Amino acid sequence: MESGIFHTTYESDMALRRTPLMRWRIYLIVAVIVILPFFGNSYTLTLANQIGIVAIGAIGLNILTGFTGQISLGQGGFMAIGAYTSGVLAASLGVPWWLTIPIACVATAVVGTLFGIPSLRLKGLYLAIATLAAQQIIQWAIVRSPLGVDAVVVPPVTIFGTSLNKLRIGPFGGSDFWFYWIIYLFMFLTILFAVNLFRTKVGRAFIAIRDQDIAAEVMGVNLFRYKLLSFATSSFIVGLAGALLGQYRGIVNYERFTIETSIFYLAVIIIGGLGSVSGSVYGAVFMVIIPAILSNLGQAFSSSAPAIARLVPFAQQAVFGLTIILFLVLEPEGLAKIWRDIKDYFRLWPFSY
Amino acid sequence: MDKFLQLTLTGLTNGAIFALVALGFVLIYKASDVINFAQGDFLLVGAYLTFGLISQVGLPWSVGMLIAIVVAVLLGIVVERLVLRPLIGEPIISVIMVTIGLSSLLRSVVIWIWGTMGAQFPSFLPSQPINVFGAVVPADRFIAIGLAAVLLVVFTLFFRYSREGIAMRATADDQQAALSMGISVQKIFAIAWSIAAVTAVLAGIIVANITELSFFAVSSIGLHVFPVVILGGLDSIPGAIIGGLIIGLLESYVGGYTPSALALRTVFPFIVLIIILMIKPYGLFGEERIERV
Repeated sequence: MESGIFHTTYESDMALRRTPLMRWRIYLIVAVIVILPFFGNSYTLTLANQIGIVAIGAIGLNILTGFTGQISLGQGGFMAIGAYTSGVLAASLGVPWWLTIPIACVATAVVGTLFGIPSLRLKGLYLAIATLAAQQIIQWAIVRSPLGVDAVVVPPVTIFGTSLNKLRIGPFGGSDFWFYWIIYLFMFLTILFAVNLFRTKVGRAFIAIRDQDIAAEVMGVNLFRYKLLSFATSSFIVGLAGALLGQYRGIVNYERFTIETSIFYLAVIIIGGLGSVSGSVYGAVFMVIIPAILSNLGQAFSSSAPAIARLVPFAQQAVFGLTIILFLVLEPEGLAKIWRDIKDYFRLWPFSY
Repeated sequence: MDKFLQLTLTGLTNGAIFALVALGFVLIYKASDVINFAQGDFLLVGAYLTFGLISQVGLPWSVGMLIAIVVAVLLGIVVERLVLRPLIGEPIISVIMVTIGLSSLLRSVVIWIWGTMGAQFPSFLPSQPINVFGAVVPADRFIAIGLAAVLLVVFTLFFRYSREGIAMRATADDQQAALSMGISVQKIFAIAWSIAAVTAVLAGIIVANITELSFFAVSSIGLHVFPVVILGGLDSIPGAIIGGLIIGLLESYVGGYTPSALALRTVFPFIVLIIILMIKPYGLFGEERIERV
């Protein structure tokens, strides 16, 4: 806290941004986000869009895993439900894209709740393994079962009847540019929802379940109801990320939604910070940027030192594994904690605490 | 009937391999309450390392296998010391994720050195076909079943009579109490991890011997461990063996009697897993834990 700030009303004391510095920081971040697409080229926009989608998915997973303490290895499967629902509706039934997204979210929430039912009896390890099974079963159902579809080509997204590729305002336009606004609008809404969720009764019940579920039950939290609610809320947001990914990529195939995806998202929230909304966003930025830097390095070396360039795919996987291990061993609370420590250092300087 | 017998024998062999992998998994869980997602990758390391030593370096197979086992022991100790020990007392998700990170790391090393292409593994186990009541099965598959049976007996005796085995059970039961009785919990963890690594390496060598050395075939076995250990009970050694055999048989029958286009074979173990978790979460032989606040 900065000095010289006195809250004289409960409203100001309970506000999300309690000090001018916090407010200014938000204005700055919003300004950067608004300005970025006008300066970025198509590559940076692709990265930014990826970050946005990963951040939405990570917030969804964090609600379930970080805030409610229910470990889920089914993230990839749930995202697949969102992506395929949205894709199939748009491709086969001709439903407009903006309508497929909420339908996809609801469908994912329903499936997520269904697979959340075992959470009443299972916890910890057992639940993690149950969600792993959910992942495998969903993947099988999508690819191999009689109702299965393999890959879906999603029709291009249109606004007022014009395809996004052709829609231009001055020098700006194209699919990446317009999707940037769509994705970041949804990301903004998701963040707003998640941050406020944990100031409500429901959100506090989630946290109580995470910290000590039996104690929570004794205090009158209906475990079954709130665990299912957590699965539903989380899957709803995860479905949103899946649907956005499907619409943005224009093609939905199951390779994007395997167990690797589930592990990737768990890594995002571990590295960002479990139980932290802003941490999910930091984690998303980190986990999208690092592989991109590595592959750029690879391209830079591809002519001068092809031996190094060939190492890049292994390096990406090794770095992925190593980052997870190092974060867990050295800073289990993730980037959110590191950022807090940095702020504390400057706030308390020249004293150490 | 022939088909049934053939499927049964294939199922038993696959089951024996699952059981071997699950054995290491259960051992680690029993000793240190850690779920090891990298168990399948130890398999990979073992198979490729043996392949490298025998086919690429040109060592005789007995020496190659011995070195692979020694490396496995060292790997187990190093992993326990550097990765798992700092996480003692951390929440379950951290422990799960750290083994997942380890799995990714081991995998990248294997890909880096050997690539993902399949290779012809030097088959040193005898593979002449043996005729069992009309079904023809290569001999090396029986070695897999035999090895699983031998290890089952060895580990059961180990946990019952040996000093380390009893200390391991004590550690699993209550770490603090074990510490105050003078048991070196760190040593116990190291032993558990090395034994687990060795069983995985043995399983990897057998898998590579029976089929061929392929990255995807070997690494997919790692996932099969979960249905096996849940069915058998996470902390039960007989459970790992019997669970392995049951899952192997079920998978084989489902694969043989349902249309192959459905690929039910791949998903069936996980359906079993969900059903078991719903009706008997501690598995067939697992110890039920009572939770206290």
